[in-house]
Amino acid sequence: MTDTTEKHEDWSRPPATEVGVIGWLRKNLFSSWFNSILSLIAIYLIITTIPGIIEWALINSVWGDKSPEVCREAKGACWAFIYEKHRFILFGVYPYEEHWRPLVAMIIFLTLIFGSCIKPLWKLGWWLAALWAGGLVMVGILMWGGIFGLEYVNQSQWGGLPLTLFLATFGTVFAFPLGIFLALGRRSRMPAIRSLSVAYIELIRGVPLISILFMASVMFPLFLPAGVSIDKLLRAQVGIILFGAAYGAEIIRAGLQAIPRGQYEAADAMGLSYWQSMRKIILPQALRITIPPMVNGFIGGFKDTSLVVIIGLFDLLMTSRVAFQDINWRPFYVEGYLFCAAIYFCFCFFMSRYSQWLEKDLAKDQNH
Amino acid sequence: MTIDTGESEALQPAKAVFYNDPKVRAVFWQIVAVVGVIAMFWFLIHNTITNLDRQNIASGFSFMDLEAGFAIGEGMVTYTPANTYWRAILVGLLNTIKVAVIGIVFATIIGSVVGVMRLSPNWLVARLATVYIESLRNVPLLLQLFFWYALIVGILPRAKEAYGPFLGVYLSNRGFNIPLPDTWGYMGLLAGFLIALVAVMWLRRRNKKIHDETGEIKNTLGPGMLIFAVVMMVGWLAGGAPTTLDSPEFKGFSFTGGGEVTSEFLALWLGLTLYTAAFIAEIVRSGIEAVSKGQWEAARSLGLKRGQILRFIVLPQALRVIIPPTTSQYLNLTKNSSLAVAIGYPDIVGVTNTTINQSGQAIEGIAIIMAVYLTLSLSISLFMNWYNTKLALVER
Amino acid sequence: MANAQEAAAPNLGPAVELRHMHKWYGEFHVLKDINLTVRHGERVVVCGPSGSGKSTMIRCINRLEEHQRGHLFVDGLELTNDLKQIEAIRKEVGMVFQHFNLFPHMTVLENLILGPTWVRKIPRKEAIETAMMYLERVKIPEQAHKFPGQLSGGQQQRVAIARSLCMKPKIMLFDEPTSALDPEMIKEVLDVMIELAEEGMTMVCVTHEMGFARTVGDTMVFMDEGEIVEMEAPEEFFSNPKNERTQLFLSQILSH
Repeated sequence: MTDTTEKHEDWSRPPATEVGVIGWLRKNLFSSWFNSILSLIAIYLIITTIPGIIEWALINSVWGDKSPEVCREAKGACWAFIYEKHRFILFGVYPYEEHWRPLVAMIIFLTLIFGSCIKPLWKLGWWLAALWAGGLVMVGILMWGGIFGLEYVNQSQWGGLPLTLFLATFGTVFAFPLGIFLALGRRSRMPAIRSLSVAYIELIRGVPLISILFMASVMFPLFLPAGVSIDKLLRAQVGIILFGAAYGAEIIRAGLQAIPRGQYEAADAMGLSYWQSMRKIILPQALRITIPPMVNGFIGGFKDTSLVVIIGLFDLLMTSRVAFQDINWRPFYVEGYLFCAAIYFCFCFFMSRYSQWLEKDLAKDQNH
Repeated sequence: MTIDTGESEALQPAKAVFYNDPKVRAVFWQIVAVVGVIAMFWFLIHNTITNLDRQNIASGFSFMDLEAGFAIGEGMVTYTPANTYWRAILVGLLNTIKVAVIGIVFATIIGSVVGVMRLSPNWLVARLATVYIESLRNVPLLLQLFFWYALIVGILPRAKEAYGPFLGVYLSNRGFNIPLPDTWGYMGLLAGFLIALVAVMWLRRRNKKIHDETGEIKNTLGPGMLIFAVVMMVGWLAGGAPTTLDSPEFKGFSFTGGGEVTSEFLALWLGLTLYTAAFIAEIVRSGIEAVSKGQWEAARSLGLKRGQILRFIVLPQALRVIIPPTTSQYLNLTKNSSLAVAIGYPDIVGVTNTTINQSGQAIEGIAIIMAVYLTLSLSISLFMNWYNTKLALVER
Repeated sequence: MANAQEAAAPNLGPAVELRHMHKWYGEFHVLKDINLTVRHGERVVVCGPSGSGKSTMIRCINRLEEHQRGHLFVDGLELTNDLKQIEAIRKEVGMVFQHFNLFPHMTVLENLILGPTWVRKIPRKEAIETAMMYLERVKIPEQAHKFPGQLSGGQQQRVAIARSLCMKPKIMLFDEPTSALDPEMIKEVLDVMIELAEEGMTMVCVTHEMGFARTVGDTMVFMDEGEIVEMEAPEEFFSNPKNERTQLFLSQILSH
């Protein structure tokens, strides 16, 4: 470039290769020869896979109320299988006419969970807890029935998504307070209490959930006095709670450690007792910063509930699997798993995005 | 109480009423906790003993010496149904360790690559990495295992019509069958590899010394590869230049000869690796992001090349952030390998589960599972702690 | 220093030359038609309100930022996308940052010899000798085996200056070297910089330390909104600023 040509250009604007579509492409896809090769490989991968997937899932697929024979002839996905089995996948063997009950229960559940995610509502404090208690009672009434003219449904008939939500939510709701006590125990100055807490937390965290669930399914009955028996679902739920508590305790402990020493000293100086200072000063601060990791813990717990399949409970994953055990629909397991995966994905993805947003938001509050 | 308390009391601060003394309270609460826990255990153990008596089940591990009587699909030590339960458990344990070790190696490699891709200035590459991470992280591992297993069994042909893309390699719904070296002559190749390894390490040290003394930078990679090629070639020739392989062959109902990777192992390994890699990728990304931009700029303004910046500045700092959470991912992978039981890979949980079903010794079986995992978890965390302190010492 | 420089640099052209340089961040025009020439041995002090583009300008000189239009020559070499050229220029240009940017996982000495051994390819022993010499000059030889985290801010910044000097650069760039320091530490860093200036180092400093500018500056550059508004010798610049924006800026900065 010589000086004369430069003068003819419009120098008040960046060069065309820097902005707009070309600038974007140059910067994001072709900034160096190495990047250009990567881009070409990526584009090749996308071109070779995506159209095939779209063809399979959307264009050649079978939708709506069609027979398995139609599906077998089609080249694409058999969404008719999902159409046929969605009630079973979602609600399991719950009596068909009564499916509205788990549906309403699920809506209550989701409203509670979503509601608790809205930060302004946290101000309700104990009211929110009361709302949860009320909601859970309503869910119980709906699911079991037996009063208000609702037909009684034994919990052995529960299944599908409500069961998964049940296990995950109760797992968190009850593991949380237990986790607080364990975390405080681990930080206690009393050696016996500290050792007991450490032993419990490390023991549980050192073994896989499946071993706890096995314990719940084959060992718990042996623990109980003769004549007392607890339902398998409940036993699994207890196992999940005991498991979750150990992980929750570690999250809360991290939160407690993040509270500056001065806060503990200030609480002591005010003459507050141990429990007063914990309840009024330390825990409110510690719990606030543990909310994002707790949400992540909930996501983990939500995914982990699928392990109850191994001890034979009818959660969402189990109902999906049973759905294609039907001799007519055998070949369509991919559709079944994808449907099931999509449901899990929606929940977990939403929750993880929420936790990321919350983390940033809470950090912002701290700086004010 | 001794007699001379009156004398020393004057020197001590006034005593609080005994039940308000924090020390007394602490002792009291600790006694309450310990007694409570003991009482609970006593209650549980008492119930268990009563129940076992009622069901006529003998407790103890003596049953482990009996003949197991069930077959195990695969293992690294010889085993027949005539062996004892101990032997069966050992097979399961080794299978767990095998899948965990191989899974950890591959999850680390894939996770690091995806984590670096996530930070790529290339928009498309970064997006692909994000899609990978998000879609695998947010779906239960068990579902993924079922899916991979169903896919392997469902899409690949039966063993009789196994698909053979290369000479001697067969893919079927029973797994992969691959040729293996058949003579001891191949040991020459292995010996060559080991000798080359030592030689390259020596070369590396020599090059470092040259760099320290003269400042000259000598490339290790090129000569190193050459050393490997030449020495391994010599080793192979010294071993009699073997060319034959023990190739799998389909006879009757199954393959004989060669090595076999079962579809159960494959599904479990694939699922564990891909799932854990998604988590490791996020850890790697945050580790690299933890190294501030200023570090890059300072290194660049010194004139260091990109590779040198990564090697001397970014990686040492990022690794410190990366290692602790990665350790817990390794632990998770090891614990998650217990999901093998759902797809029929004979890991420790699978074998013990069969043992429990056959012998009815639930408590002993679960105790074995827990003891094994506690030992594994403890060993991994001890090793990683040792590694971590070593890394920290070198640099600080 | 000065002697070595003259011997090594037969090139008698300017040390740094910016000719009609423009830079955009997306659509935002950060540097508008910058023209600046720095002679060998000249000390240029750049000042201006925050966001005026002064940091961006000196970061362009060793290619931490890319300019999009115009030409930029360092020691006779033009800065382009050519990586070899960029590396060659970075060898000759030292940079000191606002936040020191020492490598926290290396000792002070390791920080100092990293560049010389791997970029200049100097034997380790010699590099250590040079490093110790510069540590003496910035008056902290006893800290050689400590880690940056164990030093005070002022000491860290002096190490950072020594780290740049170990590369034997022809030109030193300073990007607000004292603005992250506590007041009592500013002087120890400025003293080192003044000493360096007295030895004849070519320097471009972005700083608000007007006392320093008066003492060592050959040329004052005032930037605002991405433009060079005024360029004068210090006496003229401080006593008789011509532009309104310069007057306003000086009144704000000198009022306390």
